[in-house]
Amino acid sequence: MPTVSVKRDLLFHALGRTYTDEEFDELCFEFGLELDEITSEKDIISREQGDTKAEGASDVILYKIDVPANRYDLLCLEGLVRGLQVFKQKMEAPRYRRVSPANGEPQRLVITEETAAVRPHAVAAVLRNITFTLERYDSFIELQEKLHQNVCRKRTLIAIGTHDLDTISGPFTYTAKPPGDIRFKPLNQAKEYTAQELMSLYKTDSHLRHYLHIIEDKPVYPVIYDSNGIVLSMPPIINGDHSKISLNTKNVFIECTATDLTKAKIVLDMMVTMFCEYCEEPFTVEEAEVVYPDGRTCLYPELAYRKETLSADFINRKVGISESTEHIAQLLTKMCLRSEVTSDGEQIEVEIPPTRSDVIHACDIMEDAAMAYGFNNIPRTTPRTYTVANQLPLNKLSELLRQDLAAAGFTEALTFALCSQEDIADKLLKNISETRACHISNPKTAEFQVARTTLLSGLLKTVAANRKMPLPLRLFEISDVVLKDETKDVGARNNRRLCAVYYNKSPGFEVIHGLMDRVMQLLEVKPGQGNGYHIQAADDSTFFPGRCAEIFARGKSIGRLGVLHPNVINHFELTMPCSALDIDIEPFL
Amino acid sequence: MADTGLVETLLRRVEKVDGGLDSQDVATSLGVDHQAIVGAVKSLQALGDVISAEQRSSKHWELTGEGCEIAEQGSHEARVVISIPEEGMPQSQLMKLAFGKVGFSKAMSNKWIRLDKGHEGGPRIFKTVEHLEDLVRDKLLLVQKGQASQLEEKEKNELKKRKLLSEVTVKSYWITKGSCFSTTITKQETELTPEMIASGSWKEKKFKPYNFEAMGVAPDCGHLHPLLKVRTQFRQIFLEMGFTEMPTNNFIESSFWNFDSLFQPQQHPARDQHDTFFLSDPAQAHEFPQDYLERVRKVHSEGGFGSQGYKYDWKIEEAQKNILRTHTTAVSARMLYKLAQQEKFTPVKYFSIDRVFRNETLDATHLAEFHQIEGVVADYGLTLGDLMGILHQFFNKLGITKLRFKPAYNPYTEPSMEVFSYHEGLKKWVEVGNSGMFRPEMLLPMGLPEGVTVIAWGLSLERPTMIKYGINNIRELVGHKVNLQMVYDSPVCRLDS
Repeated sequence: MPTVSVKRDLLFHALGRTYTDEEFDELCFEFGLELDEITSEKDIISREQGDTKAEGASDVILYKIDVPANRYDLLCLEGLVRGLQVFKQKMEAPRYRRVSPANGEPQRLVITEETAAVRPHAVAAVLRNITFTLERYDSFIELQEKLHQNVCRKRTLIAIGTHDLDTISGPFTYTAKPPGDIRFKPLNQAKEYTAQELMSLYKTDSHLRHYLHIIEDKPVYPVIYDSNGIVLSMPPIINGDHSKISLNTKNVFIECTATDLTKAKIVLDMMVTMFCEYCEEPFTVEEAEVVYPDGRTCLYPELAYRKETLSADFINRKVGISESTEHIAQLLTKMCLRSEVTSDGEQIEVEIPPTRSDVIHACDIMEDAAMAYGFNNIPRTTPRTYTVANQLPLNKLSELLRQDLAAAGFTEALTFALCSQEDIADKLLKNISETRACHISNPKTAEFQVARTTLLSGLLKTVAANRKMPLPLRLFEISDVVLKDETKDVGARNNRRLCAVYYNKSPGFEVIHGLMDRVMQLLEVKPGQGNGYHIQAADDSTFFPGRCAEIFARGKSIGRLGVLHPNVINHFELTMPCSALDIDIEPFL
Repeated sequence: MADTGLVETLLRRVEKVDGGLDSQDVATSLGVDHQAIVGAVKSLQALGDVISAEQRSSKHWELTGEGCEIAEQGSHEARVVISIPEEGMPQSQLMKLAFGKVGFSKAMSNKWIRLDKGHEGGPRIFKTVEHLEDLVRDKLLLVQKGQASQLEEKEKNELKKRKLLSEVTVKSYWITKGSCFSTTITKQETELTPEMIASGSWKEKKFKPYNFEAMGVAPDCGHLHPLLKVRTQFRQIFLEMGFTEMPTNNFIESSFWNFDSLFQPQQHPARDQHDTFFLSDPAQAHEFPQDYLERVRKVHSEGGFGSQGYKYDWKIEEAQKNILRTHTTAVSARMLYKLAQQEKFTPVKYFSIDRVFRNETLDATHLAEFHQIEGVVADYGLTLGDLMGILHQFFNKLGITKLRFKPAYNPYTEPSMEVFSYHEGLKKWVEVGNSGMFRPEMLLPMGLPEGVTVIAWGLSLERPTMIKYGINNIRELVGHKVNLQMVYDSPVCRLDS
């Protein structure tokens, strides 16, 4: 969930009133936001770098507000204020308009076909006659960063570039070139670099190095030039220094290059709708023309208003309320979804503004109505759904066996389903290839290399972590292991196992054998060949030679028991003899 | 048991006196160690009210080591006089004797001896008395016989100053008859035996009382794991509410069922390498219901079922990627798809409690795997109010009565609500779960009828368990680093109390 930090006093000023922290927290809760933290620049620095570093830092109160991941329209002060003011019915939602420039000649961005190989889409727009203040400027930069981190997926999907239009001249060309052929002075650097040099320069940059991988291996890098060959930006890495915006910038050219056109349009809409209120003619955005390699042209930003028609009955039925059509239209209007009752009085026509890209279905509108009504005002009812409960037979059996194993003197362990290859193979004197293990491709540490194929290693690790406890240790676990299985759609299946260990000064084979007899008794399997159970000597590298037996029940091999190999004991950093039982309980369902 | 003879002697003495007697006096008169009498008193006390003994302390005088020596051999000054022959003795020779120095000055002040300083051959000492009365020794002998009371306080203090006497505090018992006083005692039995039961002899026997202050012997038994005890209770709650358990025994899931079927877009950050465990072997799932897969592709990339869709290039390769499931909702999706394939829809209530996996940064409250509790209800005409009502009933069974709901975002539910409960200890609202209505973009491609609503909620099993059992570090609860003593000691789990 993205967190937006805003200056409290600035926020209250914009909201036209002050709130206590509790009141504001309450307002956030109602609106689906969360006042996560109340802090200051100074607090943050002092917490992260110590008090001395924090000296002289600002102690202006900051509110850190958690915003739902799909509400890009609430990622800056401007958007938050607009959303809350409309919600509190202090203002009407503004209407955003795309306008043509005074001279009738829109800025043009020409996309060449070379971009197809790396980053094929681009959209653009102009904010004309904008007035920045320091706060507005900071907010403008911060919104780009928030969008980059969220909807832009760390610039992989979209990269935003903003430029002082008065320092460059169109038409602009969006193309892609081999890195050696791109040369410019990047933002905040003193000299020119080639793209190749930039990539190595930014290898150590704490911020930019995270984006290098997006184009690093491509034969050509995306780049935008103006008509004089000045580089605007090399997306998604860095802008040119020449066209950088400042507090004095009056006209802003915004371009978004992308691998996902739908999201690029959303991001451009967000950038312009959030800041066009500071233009000379508020809430207007000057269009720009994008020319595609095939000659097609498109005007941006889209700023599309979409209409949906739905009935009050639909909302009442889904939410569980019975409000009039008029009232529901009012509720939706509070959520920036301007709504009117249709002429027949039955339906509601809802207008979805370009800022609400999260509304893609009638159910999203229904949710907004429920939020505006107040979730906690909805009567809590009991559904009349009649059903009879059933346990999953496998879990029912596991539950019953657990109780009886504890009654037999064994204590239940709960070990991890993920572990290292070593745990299930080398340490148990097995070869990993014979384990049928499922392998994880992106483990952060060796602890998560494979899904376990046996419960034994987890139990032995539990014994090792509890060596100080009085002997004997008797442990068991009934849980799932994971095995590769070609017959399943995903190529693997779980297998429910029962595993127990006895750890003492003497191996206690008879103890573990007795436990196995008890388990068979509980499962109503009698000793004997054929339909009963019996054990017979077996070879298993995990066990001490001559001290391992295979268990057969109703003619099927279900597992093993025996005294563990001394090397296994050593591998788990244990010192005493240990006997173990490991069986599959699924045949007993 | 103290010496029976001594106990009986003591009882007879107590019988003879009217008031009572002091254990110290008894010891003196019997000529036994006081501790032996104390032992007898204690064992009589254990028999019940035979005697009553009140502890008291008294002071008395005792000889010091030096005092004992004097009582035996005479005072230093007396010994000086005795050791001097008629013809006298050189002073230097006298001073060599052990008692010489002290004896000389005392004998001088008693005028029992005289010193001739000018004697030829050095100073020489002569005795001036033939017979002497060694009063110091006499006094000490009196004290030794226990007759210190015959001396005056001043005399005793003088001897104390000379470090010949010391005053000691003695603890003793004042013994009187008890309500069940008797001079004969029966031997106490420690335990009831089968023979006593057979012969009926237990009726006459007295039994040694138990020490109820001591702990009992711990039973030799196994123990269930606390987290799984809590799991059992949650299962029970769902079963009481009529929910059927889902088969969640498939840790490995395809991205299709874990994400795509839930209308979670392919660029969603949850599908990132940083958040989810992907598999290298078996890397891909190879079997999907083809027409359903096509509907899922369409609703993501083009929309439909009343939705705008996400409008991106949906790739089968992404959907095929095998992962360790990140939520049990993947199983709910399979179950709902299965339900949709029934000829006629029937309402269902499902639940599951099982492991899920996240490739996250680990800390004191987060592990790479945890247990998710999930409840799902599918029926015609369910409302948001129904979801809140059912959550109210569910949490009531956990002993949580104050609930409120916060709007939230989740890719596969709309509306989505975070569930908060008021924590009396922390005096604030804390999040206890997540809930919502599954999106039509998830349900309709499965083939569920239009009017069917599916409501669901989820929470983790670890958090309520940690709160219940007061555990701060999740590693002490889950995994091999568990503290077995904690497992042994954990109480039964009643979630509502």
